[in-house]
Amino acid sequence: MSQMPQPTALTKCPICEWPLASDDRFCGACGHDLSAVSAPPEDHPTLTMNGTAGDPPDEAASVPWPVASEPSADTPPPVVRPTDIPGTDSGGGELSGPGRGVRFDRPSEPDEYPLAAPQPPDPRTGDLATPPAGTKLCVACRAGQVDRDGYCENCGHAQPRERDHMEQELTAVAAVSDRGLRHHRNEDAFAVSSTALPDGSPAVVAIVCDGVSSATRPDDASLAAARAANETLLESLPRGTHPQQAMHDAIVAASNAVNALAGEPETAQEHAPHQNAPACTIVGSVVTPTLLVVGWVGDSRAYWVPVDRGAPSARLTEDDSWAAQMVAAGLMNEAEAYADERAHAITGWLGADAYELEPHTASFKPDRPGVVVVCTDGLWNYAEAAEEMAEAVPLDAAQRPLHCAQVLVGRALDGGGHDNVTVAVLPFPAPPQGAGSA
Amino acid sequence: MANFSKSNVPQFSVDVYQNEYLPEGGREVNAIVTVSATGGGTVGSAVTAPHLYSPGTGPSAAVAIMVDCSGSMDYPPTKMRNARDATAAAIDTLRDGVHFAVIDGTHVAREVYPGGGRLAVADPATRDQAKQALRRLSAGGGTAIGTWLRLADRLLASADVEIRHGILLTDGRNEHESPEDLRAALDACAGRFTCDARGVGTDWEVKEVTAIASALLGTADIVADPAALSADFTQIMEATMGKEVADVALRLWTPVGTRIKFVKQVAPTVVDLTDRRTEAGPRAGDYPTGSWGDESRDYHVCVEVPPASLGQEMLAARVSLVIPQPEGSAQNLGAQGLVKAVWTDDMAASTSINPQVAHYTGQAELAQVIQQGLDARKAGDIDGATAKLGRAVQLASASGNADTAKLLAKVVDVVDAATGTVRLKAKVTEADEMTLETRSTKTVRVKK
Repeated sequence: MSQMPQPTALTKCPICEWPLASDDRFCGACGHDLSAVSAPPEDHPTLTMNGTAGDPPDEAASVPWPVASEPSADTPPPVVRPTDIPGTDSGGGELSGPGRGVRFDRPSEPDEYPLAAPQPPDPRTGDLATPPAGTKLCVACRAGQVDRDGYCENCGHAQPRERDHMEQELTAVAAVSDRGLRHHRNEDAFAVSSTALPDGSPAVVAIVCDGVSSATRPDDASLAAARAANETLLESLPRGTHPQQAMHDAIVAASNAVNALAGEPETAQEHAPHQNAPACTIVGSVVTPTLLVVGWVGDSRAYWVPVDRGAPSARLTEDDSWAAQMVAAGLMNEAEAYADERAHAITGWLGADAYELEPHTASFKPDRPGVVVVCTDGLWNYAEAAEEMAEAVPLDAAQRPLHCAQVLVGRALDGGGHDNVTVAVLPFPAPPQGAGSA
Repeated sequence: MANFSKSNVPQFSVDVYQNEYLPEGGREVNAIVTVSATGGGTVGSAVTAPHLYSPGTGPSAAVAIMVDCSGSMDYPPTKMRNARDATAAAIDTLRDGVHFAVIDGTHVAREVYPGGGRLAVADPATRDQAKQALRRLSAGGGTAIGTWLRLADRLLASADVEIRHGILLTDGRNEHESPEDLRAALDACAGRFTCDARGVGTDWEVKEVTAIASALLGTADIVADPAALSADFTQIMEATMGKEVADVALRLWTPVGTRIKFVKQVAPTVVDLTDRRTEAGPRAGDYPTGSWGDESRDYHVCVEVPPASLGQEMLAARVSLVIPQPEGSAQNLGAQGLVKAVWTDDMAASTSINPQVAHYTGQAELAQVIQQGLDARKAGDIDGATAKLGRAVQLASASGNADTAKLLAKVVDVVDAATGTVRLKAKVTEADEMTLETRSTKTVRVKK
């Protein structure tokens, strides 16, 4: 082999979990040199080695790695503890027992457990002892270890969190969520799933929620709402509930889940200056072979983009927002309303302090194939009109929904990434179940 | 401290109050750290918390009482008599089993009781003997406080105890040794025992007395009227008997690239600890806080962090409490708090100032402008003094520091407290001016 860096086959950066293209040589987020990472086994891409600046030791004996199952929304992947994996330290000796600096507080990511020779010491931080094998290194300075609170022991930087960037792909639906470039955490959440109606035809579900930043624990609110709505739909759709009614019920269930958070005690760490009940928006879509249902509360949206771009695209939801109300009341035109600084103030949300829950639902029977784009305002701020959204959606969106969602999130980040971005893409009509199972 | 596991250390807790949001390019992180010790001793009478020690018992302790016996103590003669009575009252407040000594301080230091370079152990008999010995206290000689402190240190070090404390009473300036000698004595004693300092009458130097208290992590106050000494000494001794654990340090870990701008105690009084850092391993330093009973104190920590891009979050400081051990290790008291920095473009979030930080920033400024105002007044700078003391009146009034506002009103005529409009009083008693200066660092806590 030549000395050329080998394109990596990794799907995620082993350091910061940024999604990678197959020919990336460096991570786009943290700059990690991917050529130094040996490619993982093709069939189990969720287990990777931690990055090293030097070559991995050749003499290291191969190790029987536990097999990780594909993570999915409802079944967390099995926890692989470092003690389950035999290994040696850089000197070839036995690793000491538990408590060698590995964190157990986020057990759901087997690829967070690196097993590699330690980093060569950074000359700028020569006082640092060589970290023992099995230590998680900071993504920001690459020199310090990560403490129990998730901060670097050297430079203090917070480490990427699981929710900073999330992707999920099922056969007939995909979703991507990203923290964006300006916010310090991702307060959006999504849930995607597929099930079958009583007649055996498929039904695909996508839920997207946007936590209200001015409220307490918006990230908890959005996650609780997305999960509750998804679970309700998975229960009622197979029983034969009409998808539109099912969507209505799901939003009510999501609302109850968010309301329940208001009663929970604050975490001790949080001294929020203002205590508002947790709140979030919700938008969801159910796609069957004949029907397209949307439901929403707040200003998260769903768009219809037909495969044949000759046909018109459309926005399927009507925001619960100050601007939308002004336009609806005929007090302002759309341009004036959205130029106002109050434009994005929402008038409807899920949460204990919402005035009155008014779930909006709508049902469509499109006469041609297309995709439904379900998204938070982190995306539609950069493609507000239906035509703009259609332009941003790749032509092969119906075949490659995950790629489409990635492209759309990329568009929002290119535009400035001012907010968290979450996009789910559902092809219509829902493909028959035989095409694969979730 | 080897027997620490046997004794019950009060439960410490750390709470951090801050606005962690910084604007783009923002570098300064401010936080108020509230440290509370509970389950400790009996300070005051209305303590309902469960006590670790049953009444009449406590951690092993040693106390040295240093009484100024310079010639000026006889002018008026009631001063010496009151000092004797106050010392007797303090001795009466000693718990049985506490080691103690009384030192007669002039241009030299002399042991009054028990003598022979030893400490007595309090019981009814020794308390009685000590009070008898106080009769031997008589005025005559000069003032060299450094020698008193060094003798107290020697005596206190002779007992193997957990709490070591001094009580120092002076009525005059430290005239018979150089300021450097006193400084050297304070440096030698710092960390070895804590000491409360009191000035009686009005012929002593405020800055000397406050410097002693600050260096030795104790309180400073004025007792303008010698008749009030007994009550004050009793109260000091009660507080001392309430101390449960000594030599507690505030440990601050800060990441690479940060600079600690200051660390100040801001309640109950303002004490700048910035320069008193002892390095404690990589990126960590200890700031001394002295001994603790059942009490709560606030600290203002200001850290300069390297700027980071919007959306980034970092730990600016980790605050914990430790008891440094002689061999270099430290006993961690468990409690810790995190000071964070989060960069956001949400202007509403990044521009708001945490109420606690704002309050104590004001209290620290209050102490500073009182000091500057009184200095200007002494230097004859009437305009400067009026401006500074006017600002002080405004700050005291706005923050609800009623005690300081009252003291200010004895030095200036307040025209309008809200705007800080004042006139200097033509005639101010020395006692009022010294009281204001000595108590200028006293703060009030934020109304919650």
